Amino acid sequence: MTMHAVNEEKLHAYVDDALDADERRAVEAYLAEHPDEAARVRAYIAQNQALHRLFDPVLDEPHALRVDTRAVAANSARVWRMLGGFAATLALGIAIGYVARGQFVRAPGPAMPGIAQQAVLAHAAYLPEVRHPVEVAAAEEQHLVGWLSKRLGAQLRAPSLAAAGYQLLGGRLLPAAGEGGNAPVALLMYENAQGRRLSLLVRRETSNRDTAFRFSQAGDTGVFYWIDGPFGYALAGNLDKDSLAAVARLVYQQLNP
Amino acid sequence: MVDRNNGRRNPVDRRVPGLDADGAGAPMRSGFTAEQLQAHIPRLRRYARALTGSREAADDLTQDTLERAWVKRGLWREQAGSADGKLRAWLFAVMHNVFINGVKRTRQFDSLDELAAAHPEPAAAGASAETDAAFADLQAALRRLPDEQREVVLLVGLEQLSYAEAAQALDVPIGTVMSRLARARERLRQLLDEGGAGPQGLRRVK
Repeated sequence: MTMHAVNEEKLHAYVDDALDADERRAVEAYLAEHPDEAARVRAYIAQNQALHRLFDPVLDEPHALRVDTRAVAANSARVWRMLGGFAATLALGIAIGYVARGQFVRAPGPAMPGIAQQAVLAHAAYLPEVRHPVEVAAAEEQHLVGWLSKRLGAQLRAPSLAAAGYQLLGGRLLPAAGEGGNAPVALLMYENAQGRRLSLLVRRETSNRDTAFRFSQAGDTGVFYWIDGPFGYALAGNLDKDSLAAVARLVYQQLNP
Repeated sequence: MVDRNNGRRNPVDRRVPGLDADGAGAPMRSGFTAEQLQAHIPRLRRYARALTGSREAADDLTQDTLERAWVKRGLWREQAGSADGKLRAWLFAVMHNVFINGVKRTRQFDSLDELAAAHPEPAAAGASAETDAAFADLQAALRRLPDEQREVVLLVGLEQLSYAEAAQALDVPIGTVMSRLARARERLRQLLDEGGAGPQGLRRVK
């Protein structure tokens, strides 16, 4: 670039009509001597014009959007509706789990059915949420893990499930529920390339008694759960038992390197 | 009902009694009214349409943005002053966050389908057909830009935000806006030159 002060930024500012008269004249003088640059600038101006011609008609379209001044209430209503919708599935799952407990639950600990239930419920509630599956996206993983660790009161790690083809989607905090007491509960959600999702629920356990993997199922959703040190884990997903077990083992290995 | 509880309730809670059944239009102590927000819908929709390439995804994105903006309205005055243009930039910031946090998955699927569906046909004879083809090319080219470049080129080129406002909306330094803008425009130019419109397609729009 030859002339003083005419650089790439100035050319874009010229395209966007963000220059004062002196600067504009300087750019025009520069463009007069550089036909290639002038063609480029003309193309950029044409892009802006084409964007307007393509999308300005949207301004006049009729639409049904409105500001819902009760948005907060509406959102929680949506969540409750969803939870309600899955209550029947859960009840069925609990019934199945109860009937099948001799088969799957080797040593029923008092807290474990609670964590499994909660994982299934949370998984079912957020699985269909295309737009808001998580409160904090994986892009902010450090923030997410820090935030959840703080709320749980112990250092949490988000295991990498890349070996099984799953990427961390993000996480959210769930209210404490059931036998788990008052400690908050963290939910991490993972997704693979096909859009299949797994939910990993983590909560503080006070028993400090490690357990083996246990499996339970509610409807299509299977859940493996176990206690490892200060945390109880429950991995829920709509996978067959063997596949889910493989991911559960991966979680365990990742957390106990 | 307990009314004085040492300021423990958050600002939104405190405002709820004033909302009643329909708070729209009532002057609030918050940063803006529902009517002020409503007035921005057409331009938020326009940006969302260009960003997502699909009417359905765009309206979902806009509705989520409105909800989030309304819930967060208490933050607005403190952060951004009260000029209308600044409210607009703030709303684009809200939309940016909703977009990068939530819509990605929908949009990716949409764009794959629609990319195939909207693949530009060769420009036919006649000005109108040629113009249509040029627009189809532009839409297809936009979808091939990385999100971060498409956002910048749309905020600046379509929504006519200043570079500083775009930087604010995207929460990046202004230098990043400039470099993304330069890359986006050059990439668009290459894509359009490769496309059916050829060098005389879009350029002739001028």
